[in-house]
Amino acid sequence: MNRHSSYWVFLVHRLSGIALALFLPVHFWALGDALQLDALLAWTEQPLVKFSEWALVVLLAAHLGAGLRVLALEFLPWRDWQKGLAAAAAALTLAAGLAFALAL
Amino acid sequence: MSALAVEVWRGGAQGAFQSFEVPRHPSQTVLDVVTYIQRSLDATLAYRFACRVGMCGSCAMSVNGVPRWTCRTHVDKVARENKLVIGPLRNLPVIRDLVTDMRGFFDKWARAKGSFAGTKTKRDDFARVAPDSADRRKVDAGIECIGCGVCYSACDVVAWNPDYLGPAALNRAWTLVKDERDVVKHERLRAVAGDAGCHACHTHMSCTERCPMGLAPTAAISGLKRAVLGSVLKGEL
Amino acid sequence: MSAKAQSLLWIAQRASAALLALCVIVHLVTIIYAVQGGLSAAEIFGRTRGNVAWFVFYSIFVLGVAVHAPIGLRSVFIEWLGWRGRSRDAALVAFAALLAWMGMRAVFAVFA
Repeated sequence: MNRHSSYWVFLVHRLSGIALALFLPVHFWALGDALQLDALLAWTEQPLVKFSEWALVVLLAAHLGAGLRVLALEFLPWRDWQKGLAAAAAALTLAAGLAFALAL
Repeated sequence: MSALAVEVWRGGAQGAFQSFEVPRHPSQTVLDVVTYIQRSLDATLAYRFACRVGMCGSCAMSVNGVPRWTCRTHVDKVARENKLVIGPLRNLPVIRDLVTDMRGFFDKWARAKGSFAGTKTKRDDFARVAPDSADRRKVDAGIECIGCGVCYSACDVVAWNPDYLGPAALNRAWTLVKDERDVVKHERLRAVAGDAGCHACHTHMSCTERCPMGLAPTAAISGLKRAVLGSVLKGEL
Repeated sequence: MSAKAQSLLWIAQRASAALLALCVIVHLVTIIYAVQGGLSAAEIFGRTRGNVAWFVFYSIFVLGVAVHAPIGLRSVFIEWLGWRGRSRDAALVAFAALLAWMGMRAVFAVFA
């Protein structure tokens, strides 16, 4: 029933936030074991792991874009253009996803 | 014109949709459809309306899953393949058929300190509020609420967190926070702060999307968040 | 928890969000720059070992996350799990401490 752009951005914001919160301890744990970093980096060369890395970058960019939208809605003086922020958040996510994919 | 296939909710919290066939007319509203059913097909159908011209806020229902003011909603705009599904508003207890119990909705206006508190009496002169002052404009932007409950029904946070005051009550509180004659601003900010108040809003903007009066409760709630922030920083909350 | 404490949580959430927005932009640019030609431990350490600027940056980043993520999860717990009361907030404080500890451990590992 609430299928409009702001709702979808909210859902992406929340789901990406949950996923990042679950990923962070793993990320920190991996970096904390500095001696095994090269073995770990070799493991990340597998296609499925590479894809997961790409997905994490996209999730991070999506969470950033959606979060900037919330900050703009809450702290900037309201104008009608603020309803277009959902599109801006999606554009930022897409840009980061493409940039990372091209850099791989 | 062809006939309209209409599914209407019957019963209370437990119930089922009942099918009716209603003749189509030009410029027919959803309220016309419900009225036709009640007058010509099944006199036991319960629904609520009063003004029929978008002023009183009593005829809101869920139409094809979206909360709407039915008196100003044309069938042309919302029927999909000549079908309508009409139910009671979400997030409110159903009394019977299309009638919800709106007490919880209005009790939250009271909890949000939604009533004006001034100091002047009838012996004092009128307060003079400049129509073009910044605060007065913010009040103007939110004051035309008709209390129909559409935003409250559209809000997912209300559905997930039943304590949440909801868009209409918070919008009302914001118009009073910006009313320079009002004298209970600190109490009101305390009433609307926190998990059950403005801070629960995640800017889904379903309220703003659905408000039949074109108001933006999301903007009002954002204003409350900033007002509470200022109040906390000044040590007044 | 009082309405004032809940308001303070919201303020901490938004303040950390503004800080993290800058950190994430730097992080994303670094990732996209560093991943070109593949990652190696030597390359990462070459950038971070003994570099005070990166150490300060990642410390702020980690502590910002330790504030931001648990407050965000708090809303998820309230709205999607209906988890209320002290046990929820105790679990979130523990999660914040875990993120801060593990994160700082990682920052020290790449710095020293």
